[in-house]
Amino acid sequence: MSPWRRITLAGTMMAALLLVSAGPARPQPEGPRVEIKAHGFGSAELTVRPGTTVTWINHDDDPHTVTSTQNIFRSPGLDTDETYSYTFTKPGTYEYFCTLHPLMTGKVVVRSES
Amino acid sequence: MSDQRGVDRRRFLQCMAWTGTGLVWSVAGGVLSSRAIGAAEAQPAPAAFSFAQISDTHIGFKGAANPDAMGTFEAAIARIKALDPRPAFLIHTGDITHGQKAGAFDLASEALKGTGVDRTFYVPGEHDVFADGGTEYLNRFAAGRPGRGWQSFDYGGVHFVGLVNVLTYKAGGLGSLGAEQLEWLERDVAGLASSTPVVVFAHVPLWTVYPQWGWVTDDATQALAYLKRFGSVTVLNGHIHQIMQKVEGNVTFHTARSTAFPQPAPGAAPAPGPLKVPVEELRGMLGVREVTYAPGKDRLAVVDASLA
Repeated sequence: MSPWRRITLAGTMMAALLLVSAGPARPQPEGPRVEIKAHGFGSAELTVRPGTTVTWINHDDDPHTVTSTQNIFRSPGLDTDETYSYTFTKPGTYEYFCTLHPLMTGKVVVRSES
Repeated sequence: MSDQRGVDRRRFLQCMAWTGTGLVWSVAGGVLSSRAIGAAEAQPAPAAFSFAQISDTHIGFKGAANPDAMGTFEAAIARIKALDPRPAFLIHTGDITHGQKAGAFDLASEALKGTGVDRTFYVPGEHDVFADGGTEYLNRFAAGRPGRGWQSFDYGGVHFVGLVNVLTYKAGGLGSLGAEQLEWLERDVAGLASSTPVVVFAHVPLWTVYPQWGWVTDDATQALAYLKRFGSVTVLNGHIHQIMQKVEGNVTFHTARSTAFPQPAPGAAPAPGPLKVPVEELRGMLGVREVTYAPGKDRLAVVDASLA
């Protein structure tokens, strides 16, 4: 059975590399963080300025996703301690949910300075 | 199982199993007398058969709740392989994979060949479809079939229906079958005699287990309405990683254990998810299920075996 385990491991490592290489090579983006914990989005409603990068981090043992209800952004499955970032450029209200646990919902409101 | 052998040890154990699950062991009206052993020997009844249910294998899980989920999956395969008589087929009630990572579906279906059982019927769990909306799952397990993964087949006089209730997850929503599948189900069972035993399998429970955690299918009531006229309906689900049973009229509901990790009892934790238990208790909370149909019995025998 060990070859199978190796295949899974290789697949997981490849996926992890893809995740890492998906973002530009720079430190963790500055900006608010949304902690995912106990099947909930920590800041279920967040208000930010245009240009803000929001980072979600999954603290659960269950994987979760951060998926826009309007298909504007869509994270891959986030395993424990994995993060996903998205930069909001335009003002508006962005609702999202977890495609694995659709009772988990959240919202980012992007508002210009006035 | 052969009637010719009379009440031998295995047969006795099977009868024990019937009563041991706490289900009513009833016999259809008028059938009991013809089932006396002498009569059965003179005129063999249609053959009994069994099948196995495996669920929530979560290939790729590496969390603290089970550092060796592949090992327990292999133990589950060994359990099924040891069943005697050999199950006619397997039913996998979803969450085949944990994170829908590359190769996970292949890994699962290849490994299940180790059971020695030729055929596995699958329904997806949300972990099998969340990343791509079901494209990979449907291409792999439902190619060439109409609809979105649902299916039915007949075996040994029993009608089996596999339903898909994880493909229409919406924000704030729950497990759902959808109008198209419900119409298909209505047509699918329309021509069957009400005496036909029906087995329905799907990932998310088809009864209200715990809506606060999404352990419910929002339009299951409609599906069950189409099955109401049948004398024997057995519903097999996964998703909640623990055994729960309910009897409602002629319908018996059963959720199954996972082979990967347990989950808390409804409401017993702040949220659902992998439950870490003392290592010596883990295998007792994982398992597989054998279901046996014997002509003349209203209810199928559902026997759960842990991996302990």
